[in-house]
Amino acid sequence: MNDLTEQFVELIRKAATELPPDVEQALVAAKERELPGSAAAGALETILRNVGLARQLSSPVCQDTGTPIFEIYHPQHVSTREVTAAVRRACALATQRAFLRPNAVDSVTGINSGDNTGVDFPTLHFHEWDDDAIKAQLLLKGGGSENVGAQYKLPDAQLKAGRDLEGVRKVVLDAVLRAQGEGCSPGVIGVCIGGDRGSGYIKAKQTLLRRLDEPNPDAALDALERRLLSDLNSLDIGPMGFGGRTTVLGVRIAAQHRLPACYFVSIAYMCWANRRATVVIRDGQATYA
Amino acid sequence: MHKLTVPIPDEAIRALRAGDQVSLTGIMVTARDAAHKFLVETYVRVDQPTQELELYQELKSILNGGAIYHCGPVVSKNPDGTWRFVAAGPTTSIREEVYEPEVIAHFNVKAVIGKGGMGPNTLKANQEHTAVYLSAVGGAATLIADAVKEVVTVYKKDEFGVPEAFWVIRVEDFPAVVTMDAHGRSIHDEVAAASQSRFDELVK
Repeated sequence: MNDLTEQFVELIRKAATELPPDVEQALVAAKERELPGSAAAGALETILRNVGLARQLSSPVCQDTGTPIFEIYHPQHVSTREVTAAVRRACALATQRAFLRPNAVDSVTGINSGDNTGVDFPTLHFHEWDDDAIKAQLLLKGGGSENVGAQYKLPDAQLKAGRDLEGVRKVVLDAVLRAQGEGCSPGVIGVCIGGDRGSGYIKAKQTLLRRLDEPNPDAALDALERRLLSDLNSLDIGPMGFGGRTTVLGVRIAAQHRLPACYFVSIAYMCWANRRATVVIRDGQATYA
Repeated sequence: MHKLTVPIPDEAIRALRAGDQVSLTGIMVTARDAAHKFLVETYVRVDQPTQELELYQELKSILNGGAIYHCGPVVSKNPDGTWRFVAAGPTTSIREEVYEPEVIAHFNVKAVIGKGGMGPNTLKANQEHTAVYLSAVGGAATLIADAVKEVVTVYKKDEFGVPEAFWVIRVEDFPAVVTMDAHGRSIHDEVAAASQSRFDELVK
Protein backbone atom coordinates (compact mmCIF):
# COMPACT_ATOMS: atom_id res chain seq x y z
CA MET A 1 0.00 0.00 0.00
CA ASN A 2 1.22 3.52 -0.82
CA ASP A 3 1.79 5.92 2.03
CA LEU A 4 -1.43 7.89 2.37
CA THR A 5 -0.09 10.53 4.77
CA GLU A 6 -0.26 13.48 2.36
CA GLN A 7 -3.76 12.53 1.18
CA PHE A 8 -4.91 12.57 4.80
CA VAL A 9 -3.20 15.93 5.44
CA GLU A 10 -5.17 17.35 2.52
CA LEU A 11 -8.36 15.81 3.92
CA ILE A 12 -7.68 17.53 7.25
CA ARG A 13 -6.86 20.84 5.58
CA LYS A 14 -10.08 20.71 3.61
CA ALA A 15 -12.22 19.82 6.62
CA ALA A 16 -10.65 22.50 8.83
CA THR A 17 -10.68 25.36 6.35
CA GLU A 18 -13.59 24.79 3.93
CA LEU A 19 -17.10 24.57 5.31
CA PRO A 20 -19.23 22.12 3.23
CA PRO A 21 -21.48 23.91 0.66
CA ASP A 22 -24.73 22.58 2.16
CA VAL A 23 -23.82 24.02 5.57
CA GLU A 24 -22.86 27.37 4.09
CA GLN A 25 -26.15 27.48 2.13
CA ALA A 26 -28.09 26.76 5.32
CA LEU A 27 -26.28 29.67 7.02
CA VAL A 28 -27.10 32.00 4.12
CA ALA A 29 -30.78 30.99 4.34
CA ALA A 30 -30.66 31.57 8.11
CA LYS A 31 -29.26 35.07 7.63
CA GLU A 32 -32.07 35.92 5.24
CA ARG A 33 -34.64 34.93 7.86
CA GLU A 34 -33.28 37.27 10.56
CA LEU A 35 -34.28 40.90 10.95
CA PRO A 36 -31.75 43.16 9.22
CA GLY A 37 -29.66 45.02 11.80
CA SER A 38 -30.38 42.54 14.60
CA ALA A 39 -27.61 40.96 16.67
CA ALA A 40 -28.66 37.61 15.12
CA ALA A 41 -28.26 38.91 11.56
CA GLY A 42 -24.94 40.50 12.56
CA ALA A 43 -23.67 37.21 13.98
CA LEU A 44 -24.60 35.32 10.81
CA GLU A 45 -22.97 37.95 8.62
CA THR A 46 -19.81 37.64 10.69
CA ILE A 47 -19.96 33.84 10.40
CA LEU A 48 -20.38 33.97 6.61
CA ARG A 49 -17.57 36.50 6.16
CA ASN A 50 -15.39 34.27 8.30
CA VAL A 51 -16.26 31.17 6.25
CA GLY A 52 -15.31 32.99 3.03
CA LEU A 53 -12.06 34.32 4.46
CA ALA A 54 -11.07 30.93 5.91
CA ARG A 55 -11.55 29.25 2.53
CA GLN A 56 -9.64 32.01 0.74
CA LEU A 57 -6.70 31.94 3.18
CA SER A 58 -6.79 28.17 3.76
CA SER A 59 -6.98 28.97 7.46
CA PRO A 60 -9.08 27.15 10.07
CA VAL A 61 -12.78 28.12 10.10
CA CYS A 62 -12.65 27.88 13.91
CA GLN A 63 -9.60 27.89 16.17
CA ASP A 64 -10.96 24.88 18.02
CA THR A 65 -10.20 22.35 15.34
CA GLY A 66 -11.83 19.74 17.52
CA THR A 67 -11.49 16.01 17.91
CA PRO A 68 -10.61 14.56 14.51
CA ILE A 69 -13.00 11.65 13.98
CA PHE A 70 -12.14 9.41 11.03
CA GLU A 71 -14.57 6.90 9.54
CA ILE A 72 -12.53 4.73 7.21
CA TYR A 73 -13.92 2.30 4.63
CA HIS A 74 -11.33 -0.13 3.31
CA PRO A 75 -11.04 -3.32 1.24
CA GLN A 76 -10.12 -6.58 2.93
CA HIS A 77 -6.41 -6.48 2.06
CA VAL A 78 -5.66 -3.04 3.55
CA SER A 79 -3.79 -2.96 6.85
CA THR A 80 -5.72 -0.87 9.35
CA ARG A 81 -2.53 -0.50 11.38
CA GLU A 82 -0.78 1.15 8.43
CA VAL A 83 -3.74 3.42 7.79
CA THR A 84 -3.81 4.37 11.48
CA ALA A 85 -0.12 5.23 11.39
CA ALA A 86 -0.61 7.37 8.27
CA VAL A 87 -3.56 9.21 9.88
CA ARG A 88 -1.50 9.93 12.99
CA ARG A 89 1.41 11.23 10.91
CA ALA A 90 -1.07 13.38 8.98
CA CYS A 91 -2.47 14.85 12.19
CA ALA A 92 1.01 15.85 13.32
CA LEU A 93 1.87 17.38 9.92
CA ALA A 94 -1.46 19.24 9.73
CA THR A 95 -0.69 20.69 13.18
CA GLN A 96 2.77 21.84 12.02
CA ARG A 97 1.13 23.54 9.04
CA ALA A 98 -1.39 25.28 11.36
CA PHE A 99 -4.48 23.58 9.86
CA LEU A 100 -5.04 22.09 13.32
CA ARG A 101 -4.47 23.60 16.75
CA PRO A 102 -2.48 21.39 19.17
CA ASN A 103 -5.54 19.85 20.78
CA ALA A 104 -4.61 16.61 22.53
CA VAL A 105 -4.06 17.03 26.27
CA ASP A 106 -2.82 14.26 28.58
CA SER A 107 -5.66 13.95 31.09
CA VAL A 108 -3.34 12.95 33.94
CA THR A 109 -0.40 15.34 33.53
CA GLY A 110 -2.25 18.15 31.72
CA ILE A 111 0.49 18.25 29.07
CA ASN A 112 -0.54 19.00 25.51
CA SER A 113 1.14 16.52 23.14
CA GLY A 114 1.56 19.38 20.67
CA ASP A 115 0.75 17.36 17.57
CA ASN A 116 -2.85 16.12 17.90
CA THR A 117 -1.87 12.57 18.66
CA GLY A 118 -2.24 10.82 21.98
CA VAL A 119 -4.03 7.95 23.69
CA ASP A 120 -7.09 7.17 21.51
CA PHE A 121 -6.53 10.50 19.79
CA PRO A 122 -7.47 10.98 16.97
CA THR A 123 -10.58 8.79 16.86
CA LEU A 124 -10.66 6.13 14.13
CA HIS A 125 -13.40 3.70 13.16
CA PHE A 126 -12.76 1.12 10.44
CA HIS A 127 -15.39 -0.44 8.19
CA GLU A 128 -14.46 -3.17 5.71
CA TRP A 129 -16.34 -2.96 2.44
CA ASP A 130 -16.47 -4.64 -0.97
CA ASP A 131 -15.14 -1.66 -2.95
CA ASP A 132 -11.43 -1.71 -3.85
CA ALA A 133 -11.07 1.98 -2.93
CA ILE A 134 -10.32 3.47 0.48
CA LYS A 135 -12.78 6.12 1.61
CA ALA A 136 -12.07 8.34 4.63
CA GLN A 137 -14.66 10.65 6.10
CA LEU A 138 -13.46 13.18 8.63
CA LEU A 139 -15.51 15.11 11.16
CA LEU A 140 -13.80 17.83 13.22
CA LYS A 141 -15.89 17.99 16.37
CA GLY A 142 -15.26 21.08 18.47
CA GLY A 143 -15.06 21.09 22.26
CA GLY A 144 -17.48 23.91 23.09
CA SER A 145 -20.31 22.07 21.40
CA GLU A 146 -19.12 18.73 22.80
CA ASN A 147 -19.62 20.12 26.30
CA VAL A 148 -23.34 20.69 25.66
CA GLY A 149 -23.99 17.18 24.34
CA ALA A 150 -26.30 15.13 26.55
CA GLN A 151 -27.47 11.60 27.16
CA TYR A 152 -30.96 10.82 28.49
CA LYS A 153 -32.34 7.63 29.95
CA LEU A 154 -36.02 7.11 29.20
CA PRO A 155 -38.50 7.23 30.77
CA ASP A 156 -37.64 10.63 32.21
CA ALA A 157 -40.15 11.53 34.91
CA GLN A 158 -39.30 15.21 35.07
CA LEU A 159 -39.74 15.76 31.35
CA LYS A 160 -42.65 13.27 31.17
CA ALA A 161 -40.72 11.64 28.35
CA GLY A 162 -41.66 8.02 27.68
CA ARG A 163 -39.97 5.32 25.63
CA ASP A 164 -41.26 6.46 22.25
CA LEU A 165 -40.52 9.06 19.57
CA GLU A 166 -42.55 11.67 21.46
CA GLY A 167 -40.25 11.08 24.44
CA VAL A 168 -37.24 11.47 22.14
CA ARG A 169 -38.67 14.78 20.87
CA LYS A 170 -38.97 16.10 24.42
CA VAL A 171 -35.42 15.27 25.47
CA VAL A 172 -33.90 16.73 22.29
CA LEU A 173 -35.83 19.95 23.00
CA ASP A 174 -34.52 19.88 26.55
CA ALA A 175 -30.90 19.40 25.44
CA VAL A 176 -31.07 22.35 23.02
CA LEU A 177 -32.83 24.52 25.60
CA ARG A 178 -30.06 23.80 28.10
CA ALA A 179 -27.33 24.43 25.52
CA GLN A 180 -28.69 27.92 24.71
CA GLY A 181 -26.00 29.58 22.55
CA GLU A 182 -23.11 27.81 24.22
CA GLY A 183 -22.65 25.17 21.56
CA CYS A 184 -22.20 27.93 18.94
CA SER A 185 -25.71 27.93 17.53
CA PRO A 186 -27.14 27.54 14.98
CA GLY A 187 -25.87 24.00 15.30
CA VAL A 188 -26.67 20.60 13.86
CA ILE A 189 -28.14 18.12 16.31
CA GLY A 190 -27.05 14.48 15.97
CA VAL A 191 -29.27 12.03 17.81
CA CYS A 192 -29.04 8.30 18.42
CA ILE A 193 -31.99 6.44 19.88
CA GLY A 194 -31.01 3.24 21.69
CA GLY A 195 -27.67 1.47 21.82
CA ASP A 196 -25.67 1.66 25.03
CA ARG A 197 -24.03 4.67 26.63
CA GLY A 198 -20.91 4.22 24.49
CA SER A 199 -22.28 3.19 21.11
CA GLY A 200 -25.07 5.78 21.21
CA TYR A 201 -22.76 8.77 21.35
CA ILE A 202 -20.56 7.39 18.56
CA LYS A 203 -23.59 6.86 16.34
CA ALA A 204 -24.97 10.32 17.17
CA LYS A 205 -21.72 11.84 15.87
CA GLN A 206 -21.68 9.64 12.77
CA THR A 207 -25.09 11.07 11.78
CA LEU A 208 -23.42 14.48 11.49
CA LEU A 209 -21.64 13.23 8.39
CA ARG A 210 -24.97 13.20 6.49
CA ARG A 211 -25.49 16.27 4.30
CA LEU A 212 -28.13 18.76 5.46
CA ASP A 213 -30.01 18.45 2.16
CA GLU A 214 -30.14 14.66 2.39
CA PRO A 215 -33.34 13.23 3.91
CA ASN A 216 -33.38 10.43 6.46
CA PRO A 217 -34.02 7.10 4.69
CA ASP A 218 -36.34 6.07 7.53
CA ALA A 219 -39.72 7.79 7.08
CA ALA A 220 -40.58 7.94 10.79
CA LEU A 221 -37.19 9.39 11.72
CA ASP A 222 -37.34 11.80 8.79
CA ALA A 223 -40.68 13.12 10.05
CA LEU A 224 -39.26 13.52 13.55
CA GLU A 225 -36.24 15.41 12.18
CA ARG A 226 -38.55 17.87 10.39
CA ARG A 227 -40.79 18.30 13.42
CA LEU A 228 -37.81 18.93 15.68
CA LEU A 229 -36.24 21.40 13.25
CA SER A 230 -39.40 23.48 13.38
CA ASP A 231 -39.89 23.10 17.16
CA LEU A 232 -36.27 23.93 17.97
CA ASN A 233 -36.25 27.02 15.78
CA SER A 234 -39.37 28.28 17.58
CA LEU A 235 -37.32 28.46 20.81
CA ASP A 236 -35.82 31.73 19.48
CA ILE A 237 -32.44 31.09 21.09
CA GLY A 238 -30.92 32.25 17.82
CA PRO A 239 -27.36 32.49 16.54
CA MET A 240 -24.86 32.48 19.44
CA GLY A 241 -27.83 32.70 21.82
CA PHE A 242 -28.46 36.35 20.88
CA GLY A 243 -32.14 35.54 20.21
CA GLY A 244 -33.43 34.94 16.67
CA ARG A 245 -35.23 32.68 14.28
CA THR A 246 -32.55 30.07 13.61
CA THR A 247 -31.39 28.01 16.57
CA VAL A 248 -30.46 24.86 14.63
CA LEU A 249 -29.58 24.19 10.99
CA GLY A 250 -30.66 20.58 11.05
CA VAL A 251 -31.46 17.48 13.10
CA ARG A 252 -30.06 14.03 12.17
CA ILE A 253 -31.48 10.96 13.88
CA ALA A 254 -30.37 7.33 13.85
CA ALA A 255 -31.47 4.35 15.90
CA GLN A 256 -29.67 1.30 17.29
CA HIS A 257 -31.01 -1.87 18.88
CA ARG A 258 -30.97 -1.65 22.66
CA LEU A 259 -31.33 -3.84 25.72
CA PRO A 260 -34.86 -4.35 27.01
CA ALA A 261 -33.81 -2.60 30.23
CA CYS A 262 -32.31 0.47 28.54
CA TYR A 263 -33.60 3.29 26.38
CA PHE A 264 -30.90 5.91 25.86
CA VAL A 265 -31.14 9.00 23.72
CA SER A 266 -27.63 10.30 22.97
CA ILE A 267 -27.36 13.82 21.62
CA ALA A 268 -24.25 15.20 19.94
CA TYR A 269 -24.40 18.95 19.49
CA MET A 270 -22.38 20.13 16.49
CA CYS A 271 -21.62 23.85 16.24
CA TRP A 272 -22.53 25.80 13.08
CA ALA A 273 -19.01 24.94 11.89
CA ASN A 274 -20.13 21.43 10.90
CA ARG A 275 -16.71 20.60 9.48
CA ARG A 276 -16.55 17.42 7.48
CA ALA A 277 -14.75 16.22 4.38
CA THR A 278 -14.33 13.00 2.43
CA VAL A 279 -11.54 11.53 0.38
CA VAL A 280 -11.81 8.50 -1.89
CA ILE A 281 -8.49 6.97 -2.87
CA ARG A 282 -8.79 4.70 -5.89
CA ASP A 283 -5.78 3.33 -7.81
CA GLY A 284 -3.58 5.87 -6.02
CA GLN A 285 -5.80 8.78 -7.12
CA ALA A 286 -7.39 10.88 -4.39
CA THR A 287 -10.75 12.59 -4.94
CA TYR A 288 -11.95 15.02 -2.29
CA ALA A 289 -15.50 16.09 -1.46
CA MET B 1 -21.66 50.75 16.56
CA HIS B 2 -19.65 51.84 19.61
CA LYS B 3 -15.92 52.18 19.07
CA LEU B 4 -13.98 51.32 22.21
CA THR B 5 -10.30 51.93 22.79
CA VAL B 6 -8.35 50.06 25.48
CA PRO B 7 -7.81 51.19 28.24
CA ILE B 8 -11.55 51.76 28.39
CA PRO B 9 -12.80 54.60 30.60
CA ASP B 10 -15.72 53.92 32.98
CA GLU B 11 -17.99 56.42 31.22
CA ALA B 12 -17.61 54.50 27.94
CA ILE B 13 -18.62 51.30 29.77
CA ARG B 14 -21.64 52.96 31.38
CA ALA B 15 -22.80 54.17 27.95
CA LEU B 16 -23.10 50.58 26.68
CA ARG B 17 -26.42 48.74 26.71
CA ALA B 18 -27.06 45.02 26.21
CA GLY B 19 -27.56 44.40 22.47
CA ASP B 20 -25.14 47.13 21.32
CA GLN B 21 -22.56 46.20 18.71
CA VAL B 22 -19.03 47.32 19.51
CA SER B 23 -15.60 47.31 17.94
CA LEU B 24 -12.49 47.26 20.11
CA THR B 25 -9.05 48.64 19.41
CA GLY B 26 -5.96 48.37 21.59
CA ILE B 27 -4.19 45.80 23.73
CA MET B 28 -5.96 42.77 25.18
CA VAL B 29 -4.84 39.50 26.67
CA THR B 30 -6.15 35.98 26.12
CA ALA B 31 -6.86 33.95 29.24
CA ARG B 32 -8.83 30.75 29.60
CA ASP B 33 -9.05 27.90 32.09
CA ALA B 34 -5.43 27.46 33.22
CA ALA B 35 -4.79 31.22 33.12
CA HIS B 36 -7.82 32.10 35.28
CA LYS B 37 -6.98 29.42 37.81
CA PHE B 38 -3.40 30.73 37.91
CA LEU B 39 -4.43 34.39 38.31
CA VAL B 40 -6.79 33.71 41.16
CA GLU B 41 -4.65 31.17 43.01
CA THR B 42 -1.36 33.05 42.60
CA TYR B 43 -2.44 36.66 43.01
CA VAL B 44 -6.00 37.05 44.27
CA ARG B 45 -6.80 34.39 46.88
CA VAL B 46 -3.59 35.05 48.82
CA ASP B 47 -2.80 37.53 51.58
CA GLN B 48 0.14 38.86 49.63
CA PRO B 49 1.39 37.55 46.27
CA THR B 50 4.80 35.96 46.71
CA GLN B 51 5.31 34.12 43.44
CA GLU B 52 5.63 35.21 39.81
CA LEU B 53 5.91 38.84 40.88
CA GLU B 54 7.44 40.12 37.65
CA LEU B 55 4.54 38.66 35.67
CA TYR B 56 2.16 40.14 38.25
CA GLN B 57 3.39 43.67 37.48
CA GLU B 58 3.08 43.07 33.73
CA LEU B 59 -0.42 41.67 33.99
CA LYS B 60 -1.61 44.38 36.37
CA SER B 61 -0.55 47.02 33.90
CA ILE B 62 -2.16 45.24 30.90
CA LEU B 63 -5.41 44.46 32.71
CA ASN B 64 -5.96 47.82 34.41
CA GLY B 65 -8.85 49.29 32.40
CA GLY B 66 -8.21 46.45 29.98
CA ALA B 67 -9.84 43.51 28.27
CA ILE B 68 -9.61 39.76 28.78
CA TYR B 69 -10.38 37.52 25.85
CA HIS B 70 -11.51 33.91 26.43
CA CYS B 71 -9.67 32.38 23.51
CA GLY B 72 -7.29 29.53 22.74
CA PRO B 73 -5.78 30.55 19.42
CA VAL B 74 -4.09 28.70 16.59
CA VAL B 75 -0.77 30.48 16.20
CA SER B 76 2.09 30.32 13.75
CA LYS B 77 5.69 31.44 14.21
CA ASN B 78 7.06 33.89 11.66
CA PRO B 79 10.57 33.36 10.23
CA ASP B 80 11.81 36.28 12.41
CA GLY B 81 10.66 34.52 15.59
CA THR B 82 7.56 36.66 16.20
CA TRP B 83 4.11 35.09 16.41
CA ARG B 84 1.02 35.45 14.28
CA PHE B 85 -2.60 34.57 15.14
CA VAL B 86 -4.02 32.22 12.51
CA ALA B 87 -7.41 31.48 14.08
CA ALA B 88 -8.73 33.12 17.21
CA GLY B 89 -12.44 32.79 17.93
CA PRO B 90 -13.84 32.89 21.47
CA THR B 91 -14.14 29.88 23.76
CA THR B 92 -17.01 29.16 26.17
CA SER B 93 -16.92 31.66 29.02
CA ILE B 94 -19.05 30.07 31.70
CA ARG B 95 -16.16 27.85 32.84
CA GLU B 96 -14.51 30.99 34.23
CA GLU B 97 -17.56 32.06 36.25
CA VAL B 98 -15.91 30.77 39.46
CA TYR B 99 -12.91 33.05 38.86
CA GLU B 100 -14.00 36.04 36.79
CA PRO B 101 -15.63 38.25 39.45
CA GLU B 102 -12.42 38.16 41.48
CA VAL B 103 -10.29 38.84 38.41
CA ILE B 104 -12.48 41.82 37.41
CA ALA B 105 -12.30 43.27 40.92
CA HIS B 106 -8.60 42.64 41.55
CA PHE B 107 -7.21 43.81 38.21
CA ASN B 108 -9.85 46.48 37.30
CA VAL B 109 -10.79 44.67 34.08
CA LYS B 110 -13.36 46.60 32.01
CA ALA B 111 -14.32 44.11 29.32
CA VAL B 112 -14.48 40.35 29.33
CA ILE B 113 -14.92 38.88 25.86
CA GLY B 114 -15.99 35.35 25.12
CA LYS B 115 -18.97 33.32 24.05
CA GLY B 116 -22.11 31.93 25.63
CA GLY B 117 -22.32 34.50 28.42
CA MET B 118 -21.57 34.24 32.12
CA GLY B 119 -23.54 33.87 35.31
CA PRO B 120 -24.99 36.03 38.09
CA ASN B 121 -21.65 36.57 39.86
CA THR B 122 -20.04 38.14 36.81
CA LEU B 123 -23.18 40.19 36.13
CA LYS B 124 -22.93 41.50 39.70
CA ALA B 125 -19.21 42.19 39.31
CA ASN B 126 -20.01 44.16 36.12
CA GLN B 127 -22.35 46.40 38.11
CA GLU B 128 -20.02 46.81 41.08
CA HIS B 129 -16.87 47.49 39.09
CA THR B 130 -18.30 49.08 35.91
CA ALA B 131 -17.45 46.34 33.45
CA VAL B 132 -19.17 44.60 30.54
CA TYR B 133 -19.26 41.15 29.05
CA LEU B 134 -18.95 41.09 25.27
CA SER B 135 -19.87 38.18 23.04
CA ALA B 136 -17.65 37.55 20.09
CA VAL B 137 -19.05 35.26 17.42
CA GLY B 138 -18.02 31.73 18.27
CA GLY B 139 -16.05 30.10 15.51
CA ALA B 140 -15.40 33.34 13.61
CA ALA B 141 -11.78 32.48 14.07
CA THR B 142 -10.15 33.63 10.87
CA LEU B 143 -12.06 36.90 10.77
CA ILE B 144 -11.06 37.71 14.33
CA ALA B 145 -7.46 36.66 13.72
CA ASP B 146 -7.52 39.23 10.92
CA ALA B 147 -8.34 41.90 13.53
CA VAL B 148 -5.27 40.86 15.54
CA LYS B 149 -2.62 43.15 14.13
CA GLU B 150 0.26 42.16 16.38
CA VAL B 151 1.21 39.57 18.97
CA VAL B 152 2.98 41.75 21.53
CA THR B 153 4.20 38.95 23.77
CA VAL B 154 3.19 35.67 25.35
CA TYR B 155 3.40 34.44 28.95
CA LYS B 156 3.25 30.88 30.26
CA LYS B 157 3.27 29.32 26.79
CA ASP B 158 5.53 26.42 27.72
CA GLU B 159 3.82 25.73 31.01
CA PHE B 160 0.16 26.04 29.90
CA GLY B 161 0.47 25.17 26.19
CA VAL B 162 -0.49 27.31 23.20
CA PRO B 163 -4.29 27.43 23.70
CA GLU B 164 -4.06 28.22 27.43
CA ALA B 165 -1.22 30.77 27.46
CA PHE B 166 -1.58 34.53 28.09
CA TRP B 167 -1.23 36.00 24.60
CA VAL B 168 -0.90 39.77 24.68
CA ILE B 169 -2.28 41.08 21.40
CA ARG B 170 -2.95 44.39 19.71
CA VAL B 171 -6.30 44.42 17.91
CA GLU B 172 -8.02 46.79 15.55
CA ASP B 173 -11.80 46.85 15.14
CA PHE B 174 -12.40 43.59 16.94
CA PRO B 175 -16.16 42.92 16.48
CA ALA B 176 -18.40 41.96 19.43
CA VAL B 177 -21.86 42.42 20.93
CA VAL B 178 -22.61 43.65 24.47
CA THR B 179 -24.60 40.81 25.99
CA MET B 180 -24.15 41.69 29.71
CA ASP B 181 -23.97 45.38 30.50
CA ALA B 182 -22.92 47.31 33.62
CA HIS B 183 -26.56 48.02 34.50
CA GLY B 184 -27.59 44.48 35.37
CA ARG B 185 -29.07 43.44 32.02
CA SER B 186 -28.09 40.13 30.45
CA ILE B 187 -29.32 39.05 27.02
CA HIS B 188 -28.38 35.52 28.03
CA ASP B 189 -30.86 35.60 30.92
CA GLU B 190 -33.58 37.13 28.76
CA VAL B 191 -33.18 34.58 25.94
CA ALA B 192 -33.04 31.74 28.49
CA ALA B 193 -36.32 32.86 30.10
CA ALA B 194 -38.14 33.33 26.77
CA SER B 195 -36.95 29.99 25.38
CA GLN B 196 -37.95 28.24 28.62
CA SER B 197 -41.55 29.43 28.32
CA ARG B 198 -41.70 28.38 24.66
CA PHE B 199 -40.23 24.99 25.67
CA ASP B 200 -42.96 24.58 28.32
CA GLU B 201 -45.60 25.03 25.60
CA LEU B 202 -43.88 22.58 23.27
CA VAL B 203 -43.62 19.70 25.75
CA LYS B 204 -46.97 20.20 27.46
